[in-house]
Amino acid sequence: MLSRAASCLYWLGRYIERAEFTSRLVEATLRLDALSAPEVGAKAWEDALVVLGQKEAFLATGAPLGQSAVTRFLTVDANNPGSVVCCLDAARDNAKAVRIALSRDAWSAINRAWLLFRGARNVGNNAAALELVEQAEIETRAFEGAIGRMLKNPSSIFVRLGAVIERADGIARLIDAKASCLPEDPFAVADVTVRDQWQMVLQAVSAINAYRWVYREGLKPAAVIDLLALRRELPRSLLACAEEAVTYLNMLGKFTGLQGEADRWARQRAILLKEAKIKHLMGGNLVSFLHDFMSSNLALDRAISRQFRFH
Amino acid sequence: MNGAFDEIRGFSGPDAVRPEFEALTRWLTETPASELARRQQAAETMFRQLGITFAVYGEEEAAERIIPFDIVPRILTSREWKRLSAGLTQRVSALNAFLSDIYGKREILKSGLIPEQLILGNPQFRPEIVGSRPPHDVWAHICGIDLVRTGPDDFWVLEDNARTPSGVSYMLENREAMIRLCPELFQMFPVQPVDSYTDLLHETLKSVAPIGSGSDPVCVILTPGHYNSAYYEHSFLADTIGIELVEAADLEVDDDKVWMRTITGRVQVNVIYRRIDDDFLDPLVFRADSMLGVPGLISAYRAGNITIVNAPGTGISDDKAIYSYMPEIVRFYSGQDAILPNVQTFRCREADALAYTLDNLDKLVVKLVDGSGGYGMLVGPTASSTEIEKFRAALIAEPHRYISQPTLALSTVPTMTEKGVAPRHVDFRPYVLSQPDGVKLVPGGLTRVALREGSLVVNSSQGGGTKDSFILFDTGSGD
Repeated sequence: MLSRAASCLYWLGRYIERAEFTSRLVEATLRLDALSAPEVGAKAWEDALVVLGQKEAFLATGAPLGQSAVTRFLTVDANNPGSVVCCLDAARDNAKAVRIALSRDAWSAINRAWLLFRGARNVGNNAAALELVEQAEIETRAFEGAIGRMLKNPSSIFVRLGAVIERADGIARLIDAKASCLPEDPFAVADVTVRDQWQMVLQAVSAINAYRWVYREGLKPAAVIDLLALRRELPRSLLACAEEAVTYLNMLGKFTGLQGEADRWARQRAILLKEAKIKHLMGGNLVSFLHDFMSSNLALDRAISRQFRFH
Repeated sequence: MNGAFDEIRGFSGPDAVRPEFEALTRWLTETPASELARRQQAAETMFRQLGITFAVYGEEEAAERIIPFDIVPRILTSREWKRLSAGLTQRVSALNAFLSDIYGKREILKSGLIPEQLILGNPQFRPEIVGSRPPHDVWAHICGIDLVRTGPDDFWVLEDNARTPSGVSYMLENREAMIRLCPELFQMFPVQPVDSYTDLLHETLKSVAPIGSGSDPVCVILTPGHYNSAYYEHSFLADTIGIELVEAADLEVDDDKVWMRTITGRVQVNVIYRRIDDDFLDPLVFRADSMLGVPGLISAYRAGNITIVNAPGTGISDDKAIYSYMPEIVRFYSGQDAILPNVQTFRCREADALAYTLDNLDKLVVKLVDGSGGYGMLVGPTASSTEIEKFRAALIAEPHRYISQPTLALSTVPTMTEKGVAPRHVDFRPYVLSQPDGVKLVPGGLTRVALREGSLVVNSSQGGGTKDSFILFDTGSGD
């Protein structure tokens, strides 16, 4: 397989995941904003920008920090390379460059998502914005499904590998941004104001029901972090992402007959997550743990680029 | 145009059906118009879903369009095809001999048959490769020869395309569409299949690999990328043949060998079917600003380590002034008269021809010698006086850049139009492959149709469409 094709597929996976994560985050923030007091709402939009690493870029536009401007910036702003529309553009560009490697279903899901956003310039009110991001989620899920139905060959594996690397990064940033909302006793059921924040976190990874099934109790911030970071049952948890990355790299290794630094990084990271204990994290180690994880995610991304000669 | 030959109905209109194609006329009258329209619509949907699109240069947003497809086929009998293929084989063999000669011994220039300046001063002539031979001395591996027809036995060559002729994916996809949409036509007519083209292409690529490439040489298709108007075709061919579709950035030259970068390391490439022009092939030798090219490629070529399909320098045979010498070229190398005649051509670089052209602009077709795609062309009889005056000025300023030809009464084929089935002008581009042991053809080609009433311009960039081209088996019925 050509290195460029592998790189396009990997980045296709990353961009689609980024578009989906951004859509979900906007959706969860819209709900939080609608539920809470105005100052909490404004803070929620700021948090969303921080999670996505786009606060500076947004402030540079000079727009007021609030629902309509931030939603627009994050979804349909063609000048913001991190907006959903730009992610879908980039995804489609990568897909087009390797289109013979993709199934027709996968290609048409991307194409539909792209067409959906291409016409949208403004998001309008809260309801219209919600509708747009929900549709984006539907199409990106359709893409994920189409990739799941593709042959398990290097093409589909590179897409999935890109997706889990991107997903792990998003989840880690999300928890990191909310770490400041941890109450004194994170193991207790949260009171109303704190609860909304953590409810929003669950919403952003569509894990509200999952939380209830796993914990069967009121919302405790420590349990939310446990679920998102360390529980294998949740397919979007950091641990699940880390283990999936190991699996995909193993599968690629079987095809190519080669393993390398990316495999080592991925295994090391999965072990760290498997061994981490929520008590330890809650004892003042959460932020440094997340930052270490994000750097290891970046290192893994670089290692993948080198191992498969993306450049 | 009145009096044009209709390939199905002959010269005299609806009552004079050519007997061999009576079944098609019956099919056209007996199938309800609404059903024909439905199938026409289905064809369009199919092409759009498959993403068989092309970009039109100069349009905003690089619009992705589909080329209109017409479901009424054009039909050629086995006898007609035999003559065409003999003529094409003769012509393409001569073209290869000509290219080998002008980059080698230059016998044809020594004979004085062609003015030296026309070759050596031609922008498409590549002095950089003089003296180096492509492996097996095959130059133009893939040619698209544009033919037009004016009567039952009157086929003419209009253009030779030996650079990077496109459109073959339409020949294949059009057939797929016809089999799905109009299966009954294949029961009425014994149609020769075209789907062996991609195997033949792969065989051709492998057959011209440098000696020592092993039994399974690595062949790739080199595309300028997915913004190119013919990208669909590049990916279609790579996918159907089962070879890699590479961009320049995937290739590197080291020690005069060409390598592609793969996830498991670099792999040596033996044959490149390039879909980019000479100018962009190698920034070290041709245009230094080319982002599409592979630095060092020509050096690897000179060292004999890579086959470039078509070979660098073949573009010169697309030049329309050189085209005008093709009858002489064929005779020079084959010792025989050309089976397929040229259209009469006035070389405006010659004073008499220029004077004649300027006097008859309203009757002639004027073309740039290096133009293609219907760009830079004047069709006198339908042009406005402003257009004619623009060309007059251009001709006087740079006569050597133009040729002119009489306007031909191109043949027509019944075609679906908004007002029902009506005759529309067509041309025909068969694809001719050259291997070390000779010329190979699949029985088919691309029929382009000018969809506007009376129009003679079939190029897709100028509102042309395509049709399937049926070449019939010889059923021994005397035809």
